[in-house]
Amino acid sequence: MINFQYVRASDVADAVRQVAADPGARFIAGGTNLIDLMKEHVEHPTKLIDISRLPLKTVDETAQGGLRIGALVPNSDLAYHPLIAQRYPMLASAILAGASAQLRNMASTGGNLLQRTRCYYFYDTATPCNKREPGTGCSAITGLNRMHAILGTSEACIATHPSDMCVALAALDATVHVAGPAGERAIAFVDFHRLPEKAPHRETNLQRNEIVTAVELPARGFAANYTYLKIRDRLSYAFALVSVAAGLELEGGLIKEARLALGGVAHKPWRDPSAEAALRGQAATPATFSRAGDLLLREAKGFEHNTFKIDLARRTIVRALTQAAAGTPQSQSEKKIR
Amino acid sequence: MARKKAAAQPTIPRPEKIAVALIINGVETQLSLAPWTTLLDALRDHLDLTGTKKGCDHGQCGACTVLVDGRRINSCLMLAVMQDGATVTTIEGLAVDSRLHPLQQAFIDHDAFQCGYCTPGQICSAAGLITEGKAKSADEIRELMSGNICRCGAYPNIVAAIQQAMEQP
Ligand SMILES: Cc1cc2nc3c(=O)[nH]c(=O)nc-3n(C[C@H](O)[C@H](O)[C@H](O)COP(=O)(O)OP(=O)(O)OC[C@H]3O[C@@H](n4cnc5c(N)ncnc54)[C@H](O)[C@@H]3O)c2cc1C
Ligand code: SF4
Ligand code: FES
Ligand code: FES
Repeated sequence: MINFQYVRASDVADAVRQVAADPGARFIAGGTNLIDLMKEHVEHPTKLIDISRLPLKTVDETAQGGLRIGALVPNSDLAYHPLIAQRYPMLASAILAGASAQLRNMASTGGNLLQRTRCYYFYDTATPCNKREPGTGCSAITGLNRMHAILGTSEACIATHPSDMCVALAALDATVHVAGPAGERAIAFVDFHRLPEKAPHRETNLQRNEIVTAVELPARGFAANYTYLKIRDRLSYAFALVSVAAGLELEGGLIKEARLALGGVAHKPWRDPSAEAALRGQAATPATFSRAGDLLLREAKGFEHNTFKIDLARRTIVRALTQAAAGTPQSQSEKKIR
Repeated sequence: MARKKAAAQPTIPRPEKIAVALIINGVETQLSLAPWTTLLDALRDHLDLTGTKKGCDHGQCGACTVLVDGRRINSCLMLAVMQDGATVTTIEGLAVDSRLHPLQQAFIDHDAFQCGYCTPGQICSAAGLITEGKAKSADEIRELMSGNICRCGAYPNIVAAIQQAMEQP
């Protein structure tokens, strides 16, 4: 691999102090993304600050009726946590749709948020990439872009955020708690990840010297009417082409509250207030669902190899909302899509 | 493929080797390792425990699966220094005395391999799966074993072997 120094953080304040003191330093939690990228020579930290032993490993109930998830809770423990399985099954399902059992055992909640794109050119240091080396150009726009974004792209970058867990967290209106030299602050999940615009190397609004300490879920969990529907090239252990997290609250056949978030289509989990507004107060019918899909995709733009995603996303939205309304969420093991 | 040289980096002092204590297959083991040594390389190159295989070295195949503190993980993406104090079980540590682990016997009974390269990872992963206790049906076994790729395509026999082992705890 590459040469680096290794230190352990003794507590959150120490982690922040150490990362602020050394511009080449980076945190490591599960290591499943950072070690991979270091082996590929995409990332070259000169120091790794091991945060994996910090006491951020619990899931606690909040006074507001929600849950606070420590940044170091492993993805698998979170998916199988009884309170998550009961009250936020959409989140459990999204986590279990991602990666493999081994990787989920290693991957942390905080690391999942900060995982980087799987754009082939980002990984290939022989090719130009604005995200890896700002100013060199984007190889994907005119290259192999089947996995790439259809919403919120820029001339600088058309990469997607690869996380499944984050799509559910966006739909659930989670909050990210972070700590930095100036103290703690909270970032709404929808504001955590950024669009590429002119600076695709900046993926989140987390500052370099800040650490994610927790992710908080509000009380509303959509446990009765939800789904996480992930469409990919093989049935398991593959990143999404398109995924949809949907949550509904129904009252007498009418939609009282609706959440809709998409993965695999943009540089961040994609939510569109107008699509959700178009669902509220309406009958839970295919016509309503496709209207919401049309709204969400109204500005979608395909590239040479990924235009199919626009139609795929529209159909996946309708199917996901149908599953949610019927109370028949997608099973992540029995692969039939009903 | 030829790689462009990584951008010039500031010189990093050569790190001291770090002391790492692991209990590997029941044996207390002291190692002195450079920080970049993965658990996989520590096992294979420093301890000659070559039963654990390196397939992709990027978390994509599962050949390097071992159990750390009883949980299955990909040892190629894990730094050994981060596991100081941990208990590691590899394929070499599953048999008790000369009695095969039920999964090892089941893989033989069901002819659940061809070349055998993925097998140590498959068996360690299946051991983790059984401990987790989440897989009840064949569909669930398939899904929760999807992190282990078999290039020879022995999947049906692997699922049958795991089902056999699950019935005899
Ligand atoms: C083969 C493969 C397949 C995969 N498939 C999927 C998939 O289908 N769906 C999916 O969603 N994911 C998938 N993943 C990605 C996986 O989910 C991520 O790698 C994982 O969630 C990252 O978490 P980590 O703790 O290992 O992060 P690390 O690798 O430790 O860290 C990642 C980044 O986050 C930073 N970081 C970590 N914790 C913190 C913190 N608390 N505060 C601030 N910064 C922090 C690190 O500095 C680093 O930059 C896959 C990965 C692999 C290797
Ligand atoms: S899409 Fe983004 S990550 Fe991929 S090559 Fe272009 S700039 Fe790089
Ligand atoms: S060698 Fe570790 S997953 Fe392939
Ligand atoms: S037996 Fe050959 S790869 Fe699985």
